[in-house]
Amino acid sequence: MSEHDDENQQTEPSDALPEPEGASDIIDTDYEVGQDNITPKIGPFGLDIHNPVFLFSGIVVAAFVIITLAFQNQIGPLFTDLRGFLTSSFDWFFLMAGNLFVLVCLGILVSPLGKVRLGGVDATPDYSYAGWFAMLFAAGMGIGLMFFGVLEPVYYFGTPWGDQPLMRDIGIVDGVLADPAAVEAARLTAMAATIYHWGLHPWAIYAVVALSLALFAYNKGLPLTVRSIFYPIFGERIWGWPGHIIDILAVFATLFGLATSLGLGAQQASAGIGFVFGIDGINDTVTASVILIAVITGMALISVLRGLDGGVKVLSEINMGLAILLMAFVLLVGPTLTLVTQFFGNLGAYFSEIGALSNPIGREDDGYRQGWTAFYWAWWISWSPFVGMFIARVSRGRTVREFITCVLLIPTIVSAIWMTIFGGTAIDQLINTVSDSAVYGYVISAYVPELSLFGMLSELPLAAITSTIAIILVIVFFVTSSDSGSLVIDTITAGGKINAPVSQRVFWVIFEGLVAAALLIGGGLAALQAASVSTGLPFAVVLILACYALIKGLLSEPRG
Amino acid sequence: MYRKVIFPVDLTHVDHLSKALQTALDLANHYKAEICFVGVTGTTPSALAHNPKEYEAKLRAFADEQGTAHGLKSSASARISPDPTIDTDKTLLAAIEDLGGDLVVMQTHAPTALDYVWAGHGDTIAARANVSVFLVR
Repeated sequence: MSEHDDENQQTEPSDALPEPEGASDIIDTDYEVGQDNITPKIGPFGLDIHNPVFLFSGIVVAAFVIITLAFQNQIGPLFTDLRGFLTSSFDWFFLMAGNLFVLVCLGILVSPLGKVRLGGVDATPDYSYAGWFAMLFAAGMGIGLMFFGVLEPVYYFGTPWGDQPLMRDIGIVDGVLADPAAVEAARLTAMAATIYHWGLHPWAIYAVVALSLALFAYNKGLPLTVRSIFYPIFGERIWGWPGHIIDILAVFATLFGLATSLGLGAQQASAGIGFVFGIDGINDTVTASVILIAVITGMALISVLRGLDGGVKVLSEINMGLAILLMAFVLLVGPTLTLVTQFFGNLGAYFSEIGALSNPIGREDDGYRQGWTAFYWAWWISWSPFVGMFIARVSRGRTVREFITCVLLIPTIVSAIWMTIFGGTAIDQLINTVSDSAVYGYVISAYVPELSLFGMLSELPLAAITSTIAIILVIVFFVTSSDSGSLVIDTITAGGKINAPVSQRVFWVIFEGLVAAALLIGGGLAALQAASVSTGLPFAVVLILACYALIKGLLSEPRG
Repeated sequence: MYRKVIFPVDLTHVDHLSKALQTALDLANHYKAEICFVGVTGTTPSALAHNPKEYEAKLRAFADEQGTAHGLKSSASARISPDPTIDTDKTLLAAIEDLGGDLVVMQTHAPTALDYVWAGHGDTIAARANVSVFLVR
């Protein structure tokens, strides 16, 4: 099953059949998918990997881990400073780029380009709406919503650190609630500012990358790998070093983004377990977290071996079900009527404040704009190769209009609902019991972000059950991320092949778990996460170029 | 005895399949059976084809060529899988059932230690298909 390509290229000359009239606009290139691949045999394992992307990515990642472990004290501040420098000096650029991506997506949505079908006019979707949506949501931000759903609205509502959005008045000062009108104004600003970070902008970033990848693979016939997007700009050169560098950077951002989130996420999950089950000092040693990493990696391994349909899709659907259950529960036992009426107000506030919040210049709310918005934008952008590639993988057969509706508009509504229910309930607790509320203790008087969700749940009935469900959700979201991430890295490092031997996926899953565990034990998680977020800046430039390539590519497609 | 011989084919490895192919053709000839070539392709571009449609055309051309050369009734069925690394066996089994084949002839490799962990495609088909399977090593 392993030795191929070289000899087969002679038996299968590149006499690609002419494309049936008008189905799609195939790009005419002599490059064949997998032509740079090598097929070494390591023990009984046959591999099929892109040379040099696979080797370089592996070596660069390993080197970074070793250097970080060896020179923690020097490397840690270096990367954290770098990230700080990028988000504070280039905040205007990140915000501007974010706005551009939203405008490009909305423009494509309403223009005739929306009629283009990914995979050509006759393609049919591989997945049902429910399965498709569950997967793209799990990959895109499932884990983030768990972590920030309570934290962020409460933080903006009562931050004592002076980094409130748009420098508006906060709703609670020194443990004393402001007057009702001011509280309501602060609540609306907090919700609008939160939805802004989880709404159109992040999804537009993912949509641009995913749509470009899908278009250039399914319609243009180029390999499913990040470099293909840049064919209209670099031409045949993308098959050489410019393309190698783009792909290696994508692997780097994906692997470090995933491994460091896995490490930090394991610490948060074990903090949650300690809180729910009353185990004091669970995070005094790394034992619990390392066990969690091993469990998550083991589950991801099983999921990877079960493939897209039997693995990621099933897990995403389970998670979707659990998340809806948890959300419905909080809605019902929380202030139901208040939340339902607030939802429309929150959405209204989001749309009326979006101009002010996304304005890149002449603002004074540095703490919010640089510390939160620019950081988030860099973060979404650094994740975009991974999430975009995964979304592209499952979106064949959809029209561009369907795609943007389901990847941009519907997720924005879902995020708004989620934030309304989780954040709204938490702010309601804050208004009712002020400094006695658990969220006040975890977000405002002290800052223990990983416990904010559990604090909110602890004041509702059945807290032990809901907190356990929340922990399961966090773990399973990590499993789906680890699984889909390995799938993506494997595809990129196999030069766009999706039928490479399964041992390669197994390698990436385990490698990611090992990197996370090594950094957790040796230190340096936060430093390398800062490094991976820092890749957001070069990728932002790359994504602006991608917008141009995307529109140019869509223009030459038949719209049927 | 057999009416439809199914021959799963990986078009990238046709030159490795000569022994199995000859076996399938001979059996089809002997029983005056139809030979049906089944191929599984991913949704993304590969070295062989830009898209599933082009793959199907190539598979059909291959089937026609074999049918004409050996005076057999031949057909082709291209199956699309979003994740061929894992789902090839599942897709092939569904195709065998679907197409109503009563004999599968398949190329496989000599078992190695790894086959105890991950069986080859032929092993899995032989273990799970409801019809006769002839594995050629």
